[in-house]
Amino acid sequence: MHGPGEVEVSRRGLLVGGAASVAAGAVSAPADAQRAPAAPKPAMAKVSFEVNGRRQSLEVDTRTTLLDALREHLKLTGSKKGCDQGQCGACTVIVDGRRINSCLSLAVMHEGDRITTVEGLGTPDKLHPMQAAFVRHDGYQCGYCTPGQICSAVSVLEEIRAGIPSHVSADLTAAPALTAAEMRERMSGNICRCGAYSNIIEAMADVAGAKA
Amino acid sequence: MRPFTYSRAKSPAEAAAEAASAPGAKFIAGGTNLLDLMKLEIETPSHLIDVQDLKLDRIEPTAEGGLRIGALVRNTDLAADARVRRDYGVLSRALLAGASGQLRNKATTAGNLLQRTRCPYFYDTNQPCNKRQPGSGCSAIGGFSRQLAVIGSSKACIATHPGDMAIAMRVLDATVETVDPKGQTRAIPMADFHRLPGETPHIDTNLKAGELITAVTLPKPLGGKHFYHKERDRASYAFALVSVAAVVQPDGRGRVAFGGVAHKPWRVEAAEAAMPQGAKAVTGATFAGAAPTPENAFKLTLAERALGAVLAQARA
Ligand SMILES: Cc1cc2nc3c(=O)[nH]c(=O)nc-3n(C[C@H](O)[C@H](O)[C@H](O)COP(=O)(O)OP(=O)(O)OC[C@H]3O[C@@H](n4cnc5c(N)ncnc54)[C@H](O)[C@@H]3O)c2cc1C
Ligand code: SF4
Ligand code: FES
Ligand code: FES
Repeated sequence: MHGPGEVEVSRRGLLVGGAASVAAGAVSAPADAQRAPAAPKPAMAKVSFEVNGRRQSLEVDTRTTLLDALREHLKLTGSKKGCDQGQCGACTVIVDGRRINSCLSLAVMHEGDRITTVEGLGTPDKLHPMQAAFVRHDGYQCGYCTPGQICSAVSVLEEIRAGIPSHVSADLTAAPALTAAEMRERMSGNICRCGAYSNIIEAMADVAGAKA
Repeated sequence: MRPFTYSRAKSPAEAAAEAASAPGAKFIAGGTNLLDLMKLEIETPSHLIDVQDLKLDRIEPTAEGGLRIGALVRNTDLAADARVRRDYGVLSRALLAGASGQLRNKATTAGNLLQRTRCPYFYDTNQPCNKRQPGSGCSAIGGFSRQLAVIGSSKACIATHPGDMAIAMRVLDATVETVDPKGQTRAIPMADFHRLPGETPHIDTNLKAGELITAVTLPKPLGGKHFYHKERDRASYAFALVSVAAVVQPDGRGRVAFGGVAHKPWRVEAAEAAMPQGAKAVTGATFAGAAPTPENAFKLTLAERALGAVLAQARA
């Protein structure tokens, strides 16, 4: 609404207003690569956490995401970088029992945390039941999204068991049911470009002992 | 991403004081919005103050019979809290309609309130945008504006507040509690928390520099039936085109706020008196003076139909 009580704003007026507010430091300065001063030096910080049961101590550039620390520093390349923006779920790992997007978290924020990646769920000789079910049900094609899908799937079954409701739970005050609709909604943060969705739900239902 | 130093604050007052003393400092909570914007250098803090140790992660009853939600309570935990599910269903529903399970596990109450717009030009650093770079112009006016505001916008910016949680908090008359760098506390009603863009679209809220959110309080329960109806381009994991947060009483009276339509949760209390007459009467008054673009005029029809669906469900 360019409406009631609003004065006509000229482009120049906005320029002046903008510059003044930046000078006053009222809010964070706008990004402007051209006007930016020379880049400051990277800051390093130490962090220790446990990954798949092993204690790890790292010294990282503070900008390092948890995903990059896992992949580039610890060479655990199971967790994938799909979008680096929280939009695809390929980077999903389990931190202190909860699934998160490791691309939108800084490594230095995880001091003392317990992190589980797809490599920590099971091994090729001793697969986690969810890993085995993905193999049995063809829960993938190219496999790029799969480590994130598996970490998410394991957490989703725990979230339903813990009674956490979802967007499709009909009754907010009742315990959520182990249905395909519930699993599908809760897996919406994991995108699969190959479209393996229906087999992923079959695999989850198999592990949960539910009907897909 | 620009380099930054990092620290973990031990108390709310210390965090706010540090924010004022370190130039270019920003708080980081879940990081799900801030880190995204830092990667694109839309946000360029030189120092991050991590607030995760502030012990603001509890939900407690208030003396008035309401709830006090700590600023760091995760979206998952707030949505799953038994008291919230029973007495403030609209808030649980709004949270569960937002983002993904992974994101809700990290996203916090304060961070959610302060999430920035999803206007495509705000995200594209090659395009003019008054919100990102004051004075550069608004690319959305005359550009792709399908997602953007239909009311309360200005000639400088037509962005929306993209969130869901705040819409429910507005309908519940929640209050945002803060502490500033001098240790002063204050309470800001949700109605006054987010701003309209006006001539200063780069300022989203009425928080002052260095002011830390400590909690959001909810007044005592309203009763009635609670609804959060979200219309979006896919069934899950997408921002609202239009959303309706409503509490409807057995006699048909109630409250309603709309999301996806303005730079702040859009609620016109005077229009709520028309609720027993049906959706058209309410949206007609709520959206009086709307100035949609040709691309997003459909939101006005959608808002009426979405409220219609909610009112039909309330009668069922
Ligand atoms: C792919 C994707 C989809 C999404 N979909 C939705 C959706 O459908 N609906 C929806 O509502 N949201 C959605 N979101 C947004 C999400 O809800 C927010 O990113 C999240 O709520 C932000 O919370 P946070 O704790 O991670 O904030 P942060 O990123 O840590 O911080 C955000 C801002 O808040 C400030 N801040 C944090 N804590 C405080 C405090 N205590 N006091 C003062 N300032 C503080 C920070 O300085 C920063 O400026 C989506 C996000 C992504 C990435
Ligand atoms: S609508 Fe606002 S955020 Fe979008 S381009 Fe215009 S000024 Fe920027
Ligand atoms: S890489 Fe993290 S969500 Fe896509
Ligand atoms: S299996 Fe290829 S992206 Fe999912």
